[in-house]
Amino acid sequence: MAVEVRLPMILQKVAGGAKTVKVEGKSIHEVFDNLEKNHHGFASRLFDNEGNLNHFIMVYVNNEDIRLQRGMQTELKDGDVITLLPAMAGGEDCCR
Amino acid sequence: MADIRFSEEQIRRYSRHILLQGVGGKGQRKLLGASVLLVGTGGLGSPAALYLAAAGVGKLGLVDFDIVDLSNLQRQVLHHTHDIGRPKVESATTAIHDINPDIQVVPHTVKLSSENALDIVADYDIVLDGSDNFPTRYLVNDACVFKSKPNIHGSILLFHGMATTFLPGRGCYRCLYPVPPPPGTVPSCQEAGVLGVLPGIIGLIQATETIKLILGIGEVLSERLVFYDALTMEFKEVKYKRNPRCPVCGEEPSITRLVDYEEFCGLR
Repeated sequence: MAVEVRLPMILQKVAGGAKTVKVEGKSIHEVFDNLEKNHHGFASRLFDNEGNLNHFIMVYVNNEDIRLQRGMQTELKDGDVITLLPAMAGGEDCCR
Repeated sequence: MADIRFSEEQIRRYSRHILLQGVGGKGQRKLLGASVLLVGTGGLGSPAALYLAAAGVGKLGLVDFDIVDLSNLQRQVLHHTHDIGRPKVESATTAIHDINPDIQVVPHTVKLSSENALDIVADYDIVLDGSDNFPTRYLVNDACVFKSKPNIHGSILLFHGMATTFLPGRGCYRCLYPVPPPPGTVPSCQEAGVLGVLPGIIGLIQATETIKLILGIGEVLSERLVFYDALTMEFKEVKYKRNPRCPVCGEEPSITRLVDYEEFCGLR
């Protein structure tokens, strides 16, 4: 079962420049495991040293925040779209 | 506010609003009676300020301690080549009054800080966050929560932007992002660049939200966040909710006063 993961620009280089990747997995947890297997380097960007999902990256399944569902255990179905949204500061002179 | 009588000039200036169903004379009076604080007069604040001024928002507060630099002019349309070297609030005030001398501009040529933020925010109905760094984002957020002010958020990076409207009691920036990225994790626009037109789009979404909120029309982006990709020209909307465990706006807040935001963001 495959889902589509839409990557923010800061993570695209880990996937060789791809904007979206197809990944197998029945839960967010499985998808992220497979992301790391397919493209080494994701885990260190998505998780902190204790293995918790970094708080500055929001994860959406279709349009719903996984924190309003079952977090990393949120179940997925074929064709779901996962979007990763990191915080951005920019505005005025952008992130001095 | 209801007592504001239009001058002949105002009737002509705002005629397209006065004609517009949903705004009308009543709505225009609301705009003229409203006050908005713009945090930052750069990429996001520039288009927002120009359109809010043109719309006749009666009082615009401008917070910025920066000086106009040549590299700003690729996107910060409040400022012009002849303004290089001027304080941004000065050139912004000139540009705003060139469009509409009918409104009041209040310059705050200071760095927004834990010492002054609550006093400054308290004087306005709505805050529009066009700041450029995480410490200020969290400071603006917390000050708005403590003063129960709507916080119209916009942020940009590279080719992407996001916007949302945090209404009091309906979630805040910390509900979305409880902590900022560690320094160096997310590249800055200064390092990675930003498409010049991008803050125009996002800043005007913020201005639109502000005007809707003042007029009480439509549906603001409360509990919704719009994410914009300039490359694919896609707008994506995602939902969020107030986090009951939010340290600032949750049921049992652990942060009840402004803190040291440089330290909080790992910059000290």
